[in-house]
Amino acid sequence: MKITKYYKHAKTSGQSRLAKWILVTIAILFLGLFLLLPLIAVFTEALRNGIRAYVASFTTPDTISAIRLTLITTAIAVPLNLVFGVAAAWAIAKFDFRGKGILITLIDLPFAVSPVVSGLIFILLFGLHGWFGPWLTEHNIKIVFAIPGIVLATTFITFPFIARELIPLMQSQGTEEEQAALVLGAGGWRTFFRITLPNIKWGLLYGVILCSARAIGEFGAVSVVSGHIRGQTNTLPLHIEILYNEYDFVGAFSVASLLTMFAFVTLLIKSIVEWKFSKDLQEYSNDSNRS
Amino acid sequence: MLLKFKQQSVLPGFGLSFGYTIFYLSLIVLIPLSAVFISAGRLTWDQFWTTVTSPRVLASYRLSFGASFIAAAINAVFGLLVAWVLVRYQFKGRKFFDSIIDLPFALPTAVAGIALTAIYAPTGWIGSFLEPLGIKTAFAPVGIVIALTFTGLPFVVRTVQPVLADLSKENEEAAASLGATRFQTFKKIIFPEILPSVLTGSALAFARAVGEYGSVVFISGNMPMKTEITPLLIVTKLEQFDYAGATAIAVVMLVISFAMLLIINLLQRWVTRNQF
Repeated sequence: MKITKYYKHAKTSGQSRLAKWILVTIAILFLGLFLLLPLIAVFTEALRNGIRAYVASFTTPDTISAIRLTLITTAIAVPLNLVFGVAAAWAIAKFDFRGKGILITLIDLPFAVSPVVSGLIFILLFGLHGWFGPWLTEHNIKIVFAIPGIVLATTFITFPFIARELIPLMQSQGTEEEQAALVLGAGGWRTFFRITLPNIKWGLLYGVILCSARAIGEFGAVSVVSGHIRGQTNTLPLHIEILYNEYDFVGAFSVASLLTMFAFVTLLIKSIVEWKFSKDLQEYSNDSNRS
Repeated sequence: MLLKFKQQSVLPGFGLSFGYTIFYLSLIVLIPLSAVFISAGRLTWDQFWTTVTSPRVLASYRLSFGASFIAAAINAVFGLLVAWVLVRYQFKGRKFFDSIIDLPFALPTAVAGIALTAIYAPTGWIGSFLEPLGIKTAFAPVGIVIALTFTGLPFVVRTVQPVLADLSKENEEAAASLGATRFQTFKKIIFPEILPSVLTGSALAFARAVGEYGSVVFISGNMPMKTEITPLLIVTKLEQFDYAGATAIAVVMLVISFAMLLIINLLQRWVTRNQF
């Protein structure tokens, strides 16, 4: 037996070429069935009645208001979690303190919670019969079944994304460069903006993209707190559900195709960022940013 | 002697960044999450117990955990195979397939839900083939397994891939030169090395699947006792303004989620210990 056959580019014997062919075929069939077929289905169903019907589904007032609400929600939730992500990564990656492991686990908590439960907690706090319910009614403030509830639930769901990207990245980069800047007389903020930020920019960008993708696409949590008021509290995923349940399949899949295209953009940026990483971070031996 | 909370450092900003982290974490996550437990504390034990063990709720646990387990098992086998193929072989389209692995993370769950339903419904591309054979996929437990396999697909691939790529070839070469067949080498040398990461990936996929809602509700048909998952039951209770019932089931789900988080942490520790 030749030992070289385990190498990627090595010449392979007939037997192992057969094994390779079988394994690659199974893998492609599996990925094709579970990943490609749903993608093709989205666009086929959306274009079923032609391009005119497809474009028309984006011009209904309900769709436009759903797009607007989704963008507003994302524009609030993502910057909030961005500031938190940078602060948390700075504290965790650049300093040593007790209980760091516990803090990281707590930051991960929203990943472990079912989206439906994430929505429920805000109903329990701000709903009509919730803790602050009577007080909010008295002061005529609506949180649940209104935009603030949607923003809160989305912020909760997307809470860990940016911190999770930045912590391992900043840990792998150490503190030498920041120390050098401080010794040379730069202030704390200047050190952060001139040294740390350029070092983490690609990881930061990917974290923001992932966070936005989830904020735009969140369904379960938002569904619980939104109240499904047409034209007012429907985000794009909720709008898809309503169209689908009303048998407006072309409308539902047209809106779905919009979100699918955004998913493509997310994957594309991920590929670019990973390529940049491997180029930029060759001096850092440890690429710990696979998640 | 008192151990110091924080090690000395010349870098500034610890107080500000740490303080803000704790403040924001408490405000957005910890305080809201504790609301569930405090609200559940207002229920009597009997109320709680009858809610979480009623036949309809028990049927939903069986379905949610059963379907999540099967989906995680499917992903363990095929995820390992896909990771192997992506790391070890060169073939046309490898880069493309590697980059679409993360699609289930990027695609909104509702989109996945309606797309899978369209494919597996009795009139769909695959459903119309299976229907004459008497196999129901959409609006049956099989459909739920399909949706959960989709959402969990990246976990095993992405946890196994780096471990497989870092695996040193020396042991495999030694085994091969001592006359081991390729299957023996895989079973005795490679498999023990990657087993912890396969288990971690499957546990992550399982944990995600148990709480999954968006991709399942479209394909499952949502029939009580038959195709009703636990998260859907919480939504149903909320729609009937049965907040106590919803809270009781949510507590059960949270306790299970935290237990899974603990198991995953232990598994991850096992992975890193094996690697270095």
